This record gives sequence, C-alpha cells and structure tokens, in this order.
Amino acid sequence: MLDFLSNNKIRAFLFQTFSVVVLIYIGYHGIDNLFFNIERLGIRSGFDFLNNRAGFDIAEYLIAYTPDSTNLQAFYVGLLNTIVVSIVGIVFASIIGLTVGIARLSNNWLIAKLATVYIELFRNIPILLQILFWYNLALIALPAARHSTDFFNLVFLNLRGIYFPSPVAESGFYWVIVAFIVGLFLSFFIKRFFKQKHYLTGIKQPTFFYHILSIVVLPLSVYFLLDSPMHFEMPVFLGFNFEGGASFSIEFLALSLALSIYTATYIAEAIRAGIESVDKGQKEAALALGLSKAQMFKLVLLPQALRVAIPPIINQYLNLVKNSSLAAAIGYADLVSVFAGTVLNQVGQAIEIILMTMAVYLTLSIFISLILNIINHRMRIIGLNE
Amino acid sequence: MNKSLTAVFILIFSVFAVHANTLNNVKTRGHLICGVSTGLAGFSSVNKNHQWSGLDVDICRAIAAAVLGDSEKVRYTPLTAKERFTALQSGEIDVLSRVTTWTLTRDASLGLNFAGVNYYDGQGFMVKKSLGVRDARQLNGATFCINEGTTTELNLADFAKIQGFKYKSSLTDTIAQSKSNFDSGRCDALTTDQSRLYALKTTLKDPSSAIVLPNIISKEPLGPVVRQDDDEWFNVVRWTLNAMITAEELNINSNNVDAPTKNSEANRLLGNTGAMGSHLGLDKKWAYNIIKQVGNYSQSFERNIGTNTPINISRGLNALWKDGGILYSPPFR
Repeated sequence: MLDFLSNNKIRAFLFQTFSVVVLIYIGYHGIDNLFFNIERLGIRSGFDFLNNRAGFDIAEYLIAYTPDSTNLQAFYVGLLNTIVVSIVGIVFASIIGLTVGIARLSNNWLIAKLATVYIELFRNIPILLQILFWYNLALIALPAARHSTDFFNLVFLNLRGIYFPSPVAESGFYWVIVAFIVGLFLSFFIKRFFKQKHYLTGIKQPTFFYHILSIVVLPLSVYFLLDSPMHFEMPVFLGFNFEGGASFSIEFLALSLALSIYTATYIAEAIRAGIESVDKGQKEAALALGLSKAQMFKLVLLPQALRVAIPPIINQYLNLVKNSSLAAAIGYADLVSVFAGTVLNQVGQAIEIILMTMAVYLTLSIFISLILNIINHRMRIIGLNE
Repeated sequence: MNKSLTAVFILIFSVFAVHANTLNNVKTRGHLICGVSTGLAGFSSVNKNHQWSGLDVDICRAIAAAVLGDSEKVRYTPLTAKERFTALQSGEIDVLSRVTTWTLTRDASLGLNFAGVNYYDGQGFMVKKSLGVRDARQLNGATFCINEGTTTELNLADFAKIQGFKYKSSLTDTIAQSKSNFDSGRCDALTTDQSRLYALKTTLKDPSSAIVLPNIISKEPLGPVVRQDDDEWFNVVRWTLNAMITAEELNINSNNVDAPTKNSEANRLLGNTGAMGSHLGLDKKWAYNIIKQVGNYSQSFERNIGTNTPINISRGLNALWKDGGILYSPPFR
C-alpha cells in the first residue's frame, strides 16, 4: 500500500508539501497570536498614526518639515536622510576603495604597504566603534561654535558642523540650466561623431576640448550674458548658531566618513582580487600590441577585473546602506533614528513602524542589487557566460 | 524529534505570549524584574557599593518587600528611553520604574497603566554660565541637547512655537551622551526634567560652569508603570507607593516601625488589624516589610535626592499635601 513512498520523486514532493504546510501554519499561528495579544493588551494598531501631527523637531531635513508636520512627513525626512548618507558613502567608498585597491598592487613598496596597513586597520574594527570614534574625536578636536575656524570668511567649521554659502537662483537662472542640458546633448553627439570617425578612418582625435566647450563654456557664457542671475547666501553667526547658507551637521560628516572608510577597505580588496584574477598574459599581450600602460589598464585590465569585482562590491554597497542605520548611535536623523526611534516612542506602535522600516531597507537593497546586476550583465564576456 | 519540535514551538510563541498574572509569576519566580534607567544619579544608578539605588529603585525594592518579603529580591533591567515601553509590553519586565511621564497617549494607547506618581517634575533647561542666559526665553536660535524618545522633544517644540522660536536639536540615545555633548559644546542648552538636570549637573566636568534656569515649561508627573491587562498587579504597585506616602503621613519610618501604636490607620497599614494585605493578595505584613526594609517616602526622598545629597532637591511639590505639596494617598481603610 505504501509502495508509492519508495518513488523518489513522490517522496520528495510529499516532504516538500509537508514542510510548506508546517511553515505556513507556524507563520499563521504566530501572526494570529500577535494580533490577539495586541488586542488583549489594549495596544493601538493600524496605520492612522501616519496622518497625526508629529510634534517634534528633526535636526536636519531636505524637505519642508516643522513639528506641525505629520508622522508620514517625518518618515520621508528620515528616509531621505538615509538615502543621502548612503549615496555619499557609496561614492566616497568607491573612490577610496578603487584608489587603495590599485595602490595595494603598486610596485612602489611604500604605497603598497600603506594601502595594506589602511585596509587591515579599518577592516578589523567594528563599524559602530569607528562611527563613535570619529564623532567623539570631532566633538573634542573642533572649536566651539563661537570660535569657529573660518576659511576666507566663506566656510566655517565648528563642532556642530560645517557651514558654507549656498547658491540662490534668481529669475532667468533656468536658462543656464537649459544651456547646460543642451551642452550635455551636444557633448554626447560630439562623442558619437568622433567615435564614428575613429571607426571609419582609424584617426583618433582628442575630444576633451570640445566637451569642455559644450558642457562648461556654453552654460557659463549664458550665465554671464544674463548678468549673473544667481547670488550666494552667506552663513552668519547670530547669537548661538550660524544662520543662512548651507550646512552639514557633524553627525552627518562623522557617519559618512566612517561608512566610506570602513566600506572602502572591502571594496579595495574586491578590486585587488579582480585585478589579480586577470591573467598575466593579457597584460603582456596588450603591451606587445603597442598599447600604452594607461590604455592597457583602461581597455584590457579594468574591464576584466571589474567583472570579478562587481558581485562582492554589490554586497558592500548593500552593507553600507544597512550600516547607515547605526546613525541612531550618534543622533544623525536617519530613518531608524527618526522613525523607528522618535516616532515609535511617541506613538508606541512598534510592529507597524518596524515593519515599515524593514520594508524600506529591503526595497533599497533590492533596488541597488537590481541596478548593479544590470551593470554586471553588461560587463560579462559576450558569448562566454551564456 | 517530537520533543525538539515542541521546544521550537515554545520558543517561537513565548516571544508573543504575555502572561496576565504578574503577581503569581513574581511569587513563583522568587524575584521581581524591574525596568530602570541606564544610570541617572538619585533616581536609578549603581552606587559605590555596586548596588542599584535611587528614588525609582526604592519603588522596585518596596514592591519586592511587599510581594516577596525581601527588598533585595529584585533583578534590574537598565533601559533607554526608547526601549522602555516595548520591554514592559512584551513582558520582559514586571514593572517600569524609570522617570516616566504619565501622559494620556501613553496611558491610553500603549496598553499600559500608570500606577501613581512618585515624583512631580517639570521640564527645565541647563545652560553654560558663560552664555550669559538667565531665562529660557532668551534661547531663540539655540541648539538643544535632547534625550531621544521622551516627552521633552514634544514639550520643547510646543514651547518654541508659543515663543516664536527657531531652534536646532541634537538628539542622543542615552542621557549620558546628551550630557557629554552638552559638556563639549555640541549644544547650548540641555533640556529635560528639572530633577534630572540637577542630577546631571553634579556629574559635569565642572559642575559650577552650568546653571539650571528657573523656567519650568511642562508638567512631568513621573511614576511606576505596569501592563494594562493585570488589575491585581496594578493594585499591588499602586498601593506599595501609597503605603510609603501614608507611612510618612503617619510618621512611621524604618526606625520606629516596631514600636506599638494606638493609631488605627497605622495598625491597618502595618497589618496588626484588618485584612488590607489579603485584599491585595499579599501577606499581612506587606507594608511593614516595605517600611522596615526601604523606609517611608520621606526617607527614600532624603536618602536619594534630598538636600543632604549632592543632587540637593527640596521637597517642593513633592511634599505631603499637609506640608504644602501635592503628595496625597487615599486612605488605608
């Protein structure tokens, strides 16, 4: 009667179905239990709180925010701050990582050793400690607000942040932006034209000058033709703080610095692994064909190295985004600090708020992997990986 | 196989399961689990003898004395402002005694009950003397150090709105980080409950460099908190606090508690007559144990934050109603 159990396929199917049913049961029972207990304890639930007045201040915001804004707006403020610090971190981590990764393979003994020391030092200290270190170092080392260090009376630095003039557009400024966009298109066509010419005639001409002309000189001349339709708002010290201008808080600076420096070590190692994975013969062949060292690096080595390096780099970008949630430790107004911190405490609906916060990180991470997977796909050797 | 599966199930569901009968749980467990602050001098901090002490800690000790007959049978769970309510809701602690302000939102929407008020406080400001500020209304444009997840954040926003202020906030996780940020000059003013300002001032690098401004911008009634679904336990905590206040009113303290008395309320309180203890589900000597081992409210106050301590707070609002304060306990009858 139980003969059918001896069939491998049927048995596998039965076991898998059983596992899924058990998993669903556990999940269902857990959630049911959760809602039962929430109701029994008289804890409010639902997402109504998002439309209630927030009632608290947030230290830095990129969209309009006052204590009269809603909790949902506070959520957006936190989300944007998380995204900004992540982007800044990713950009600087990539630049530092690429530089150090290449430096580590340098023939220059000193440069190579310095890169190694940098990697080993910052890779092996927990990121939270590094964030706290840079933050507290800044608080100790930088001058008080009243005794700010100034650079040409334009940029001011103190233990609360860095303050600098912010550009304010006047009427007519959008023509400059239009000119810039036109310049970008122009530059694109110039590139295509010379590439085509290169293919057809084999003549390679430097195009740098034309690009400068279209992207920089064109908008600049429009700007001056319209009699400079922009002015700068200066930061001014009033009583307690600098008012006006733009600023980065010390929390933002400490967090970006720590995230970049830490993540760069892993990116550097990924880059090094990538470069070392390229066969020595490739290098020699490129040089033998008469390519310059720079051309060899740019056209032969790097494309092949990046193919190996990109998957681990994706992981590091994802880690950086997730690590940015450590901002709460120093009070940078990121999503975790604002939403899963302050809002959670004022409203008390932990389950809804933590779920929303987790959903954000999940979405951000999936978005980043998606973009980089597309890049990865384009980088593959055509015909080899298919 | 079966056993390990059961274990997994229990593990999963114990995360959600909250037991309604806290009193019995504490009795069977043999100790009380009390949520306190991560370190606030005078209210709950670890003293030189490596023991928890403070006004809030005395509430924990009093409950343990009432329920278990021994004020030492307490395990303390230090919690940040952000963690405290979740810890109580999830059943990780039996009672939260951590300078927590009683507000409508917290009382009505968090599934919690405030069992009374053990300290009437109000939000104040501390500034560096060198700023030359003598009144909080002069702080327009200043940066404030704030402890995250507190009523302080909301009160400050309201105050600024009324005054037409602009201000910047510098948030921190723990009050200790707020204090060190204030010390380093990250902010111009530190704002929190005034009692706490006095406590923090004593721990600054140079306590004389700062002053506490006279302004009070809010009502902050602080008290012990329990879960909403457990009236029996709620009564125990509420009447533990009332017993300490009534003992002061009747001039009963840890030194004279053994002396015979003719006062009939005192006899009811001490369990010599009546059945106060059994109404609460406690031993008849419950209040005697509190007074003998922890003391009355006055003793607790003077020992932890009174004028003879570095924190140096006078009774003020927290004096008994008959002495000009608002501390008042319903009768033991």
